[in-house]
Amino acid sequence: MKTHLELSDVCMDFPTPKGTFNALHHINLKVAQGEFLSLIGHSGCGKSTVLNIVAGLLKATQGGIIVNGHEVNSPGPDRGMVFQNHSLLPWLTVYGNVALAVRQVFGGKKTRAEQREWIEHNLELVNMAHAMDKRPHEISGGMKQRVGIARALSMQPQILLMDEPFGALDALTRAQLQDSLMEIQARLGTTVLMVTHDVDEAVLLSDRVVMLNVGPGATIGKVLDVDLPRPRERLALAESADYHHCRAEILHFLYAGHSASAAEPAAGAGETRLHLLPKKVANG
Amino acid sequence: MSTGVASRLQGTGQHLVARVAALRGSDARSVLKRVALPMIGLLVMLMLWEQGAKQVQTSLGALPGPVAVWEQAGNLWDEHRAERAKAAAFYQRQDERNAERLAKNPEAEVRIRSYTGKPTFVDQIKTSLVTVMSGFLLASLIAIPAGLAIGLSPTLYAMFNPVIQLFKPVSPLAWLPIVTLVVSAVYVSDDPMISKSYLVSMLCVMLCSIWPTLVNTAVGASTVSTDLVSVSRVLRLHALSHVWRVVLPSAIPMIFAGLRTSLGVAWMVLIASEMLAQNPGLGKFVWDEFQNGSSASLGRIMVAVLTIGLIGFLLDRCMLWLQRNVSWDKNAILR
Ligand SMILES: Nc1ncnc2c1ncn2[C@@H]1O[C@H](COP(=O)(O)OP(=O)(O)OP(=O)(O)O)[C@@H](O)[C@H]1O
Ligand SMILES: [Mg+2]
Repeated sequence: MKTHLELSDVCMDFPTPKGTFNALHHINLKVAQGEFLSLIGHSGCGKSTVLNIVAGLLKATQGGIIVNGHEVNSPGPDRGMVFQNHSLLPWLTVYGNVALAVRQVFGGKKTRAEQREWIEHNLELVNMAHAMDKRPHEISGGMKQRVGIARALSMQPQILLMDEPFGALDALTRAQLQDSLMEIQARLGTTVLMVTHDVDEAVLLSDRVVMLNVGPGATIGKVLDVDLPRPRERLALAESADYHHCRAEILHFLYAGHSASAAEPAAGAGETRLHLLPKKVANG
Repeated sequence: MSTGVASRLQGTGQHLVARVAALRGSDARSVLKRVALPMIGLLVMLMLWEQGAKQVQTSLGALPGPVAVWEQAGNLWDEHRAERAKAAAFYQRQDERNAERLAKNPEAEVRIRSYTGKPTFVDQIKTSLVTVMSGFLLASLIAIPAGLAIGLSPTLYAMFNPVIQLFKPVSPLAWLPIVTLVVSAVYVSDDPMISKSYLVSMLCVMLCSIWPTLVNTAVGASTVSTDLVSVSRVLRLHALSHVWRVVLPSAIPMIFAGLRTSLGVAWMVLIASEMLAQNPGLGKFVWDEFQNGSSASLGRIMVAVLTIGLIGFLLDRCMLWLQRNVSWDKNAILR
């Protein structure tokens, strides 16, 4: 398949009072059109940094980002971002938050009525059409996250970037949102780059899982192809040997990396989050 | 339309009934807290005042107690009414005379003169309010855009922060002579539309009330959450739209806090500068009564003092009301 997004020899140094801090070290990665790719690794290894560089919010010290064969340096709505803590504008309603994005991206191209329809369509995609006129402080965390996803989708991005989009949610809400995300992605064929802490989430959603070594100077440790048939169904997967194989590979990588470097405790990486699976599987 | 109003009125009525019921029902303690305690406080203060005032002898007699002050308030109101009646009579006479003249000769030139009586206490209050509001509005119109610019640009911040810190603590009394001289020098006109003394007080109010809003707006603009800035960057909002849609709304709670402080400062400064600049208003009223030195003066000054306090309080409440209705941050502590 055609390469959609390429990280070419990306290095990232942060200036700190104690000298420069080398966060990323020569990261090379190619993502195909329509691929769902997860980034997993220990806390502080540089996952968010990778995502921010792809989004254009951070400028790589060396190397760069190539989208469809062209280098990009600045942020833009073609790379829609779902932030870790939703980042909705608190003074706008749910509708207003999505409308801000739609007006900006489709201002000259769609009529007012079309824009309205498009906003409502995107809110329906994430099941939030019923709360259009609520303010962010009036809705739950999961709902805010959905609106954040709707806002990113409404820009009709070529690439969807997600930084631990479901990290702060309870298991049930998370499972629901994961299912909606799989469905939406299957329908739209968007290329997705997602950062996660959660092994099960990575295996369930991704076509490939990219594992980062512990920083400083994080590199890509291992890339795992997840060859599970789609559409995927979480309960059916619980019985699948391939699924457990993938899960085990990631866990091995994370634990090996962890004990070898004796870094800070792995935040959530090893902990099992498959509450919706039968007990024996979850512990397997 | 009318049904809408009616239903809204009905709504308010039900709301009131519900509130009264709630008060009557469970929390007698909260009634005690909200109504009884302030009343007791007020009574204690009035008693202390009545007793204490008698002990203090001045060249104009003993300090007036609450009763004497209340009488003076009545007198001031009567004077105002009398003055208004005189003005009305004056205009009526003038109209009659003009009508007569026109009846005799339709070509006649009629003169309409305005009544030039002595400004009453109520007139002084009005003048004070006009002066303070114009000074405050002018200050806000300068402070909010300037604050946004300084908050957004580290360069501007580095340039102007020392200046702001230097001018912020300057008292109105220090500005006044300079402003007076500058106004006298710059504002020369034979038939001034706006009086010089008004201009001087207004500018003093502006110079002193600009700083809290300026500083708060700058802080508000520079502390916009980085996530929201990222959203704006991903959307490629252009600079103006970024300020209008992201920076200004996030700074609104801080701006309002600044505006409230500014209005309080403006009101305090106004009284002082009116005294010194001899601009008509409550400050001048107090000063004139002080110079006057009649036996009623102390009582009349006390009325002015209480009025000043009351108006200051009401101005603050107005700002609070505005903040409640404009600011999106309903969680901010508003008291
Ligand atoms: N602006 C910055 N200045 C200095 N160091 C930074 C900066 N941003 C990130 N870092 C450092 O870079 C490293 C990677 O940070 P990053 O936020 O990408 O981690 P992460 O993998 O997303 O962690 P988490 O899973 O906890 O979100 C960290 O060690 C962090 O301290
Ligand atoms: Mg992160």
